[in-house]
Amino acid sequence: MKQIQVTGKTVEEAVSAALEQLQASRDQVEIKVLEESKKGFLGFGGKPALVEVSLKPDPIEQAVAFLQEVTMKMGVPVTITQKKMGEEVILDLSGDKIAILIGKRGQTLNSLQYLTNLVANHHSNGFIRIILDAENYRERRRESLERLATSTARRVMMTKKGIALDPMPSNERKIIHMALKSEKHVETSSEGTEPYRKVIIRPVTK
Amino acid sequence: MTELIETIVKALVDHPDEVKVVEVADGSKLVYQLSVHHSDTGKVIGKQGRVAKAIRTVVNAAGTNQSKRISLEII
Repeated sequence: MKQIQVTGKTVEEAVSAALEQLQASRDQVEIKVLEESKKGFLGFGGKPALVEVSLKPDPIEQAVAFLQEVTMKMGVPVTITQKKMGEEVILDLSGDKIAILIGKRGQTLNSLQYLTNLVANHHSNGFIRIILDAENYRERRRESLERLATSTARRVMMTKKGIALDPMPSNERKIIHMALKSEKHVETSSEGTEPYRKVIIRPVTK
Repeated sequence: MTELIETIVKALVDHPDEVKVVEVADGSKLVYQLSVHHSDTGKVIGKQGRVAKAIRTVVNAAGTNQSKRISLEII
């Protein structure tokens, strides 16, 4: 962590001088006042303020570094591209053996995503959400879940019996709920406890 | 593999210096014994074992090209 000590006539002045030196904004640093300034009398006996300003590690930078190292040690080096989408940061992984990183039904990708979020938020007080994607996996998964939703809904309507889908993480359940929101003949609900929570599609009884 | 586990765990805990991973061969299985500072135990296990499960998933993915089964024990 980069850290500097700066003096100034007042604490305020010392801090802004330090920020300029570090080329950082106030929310990127931690400030510790080591000595308050004292006003002297007629210019005598005054004491400058001393502050210690340290640069907080950037959560996204840390997340990227973590992923780079972990994937390298897994024997699957990747290139990471960042995209910012509102509150979320999408890290897109590309490389040779990307299938290993995705895993069965995205298990490995979801686990890496969970760990990366923990690492990114380890040092920061704000909350940052990071989404990992690889070879457009999230988009492809969304499409196949939407297909699953409509075909299951059709079966529910035909048999007039509810069907429970396989357990899914919350973001995937949401895709199913959203896909069938406008469908009037079936209703959806989530039941069970994580990580075995699953969506149930039922016919609407009038 | 030991390095991979160390990399992941060190990034999660407050006392990275006290992370230790020992590899033990047990017949057809490879067992990795992980120990951390006692106050960090919760951090590597997580609510309902979520963190531990995520670490195991990643470790198993890395071990797919090995013929041995891999397990991770947290002590």
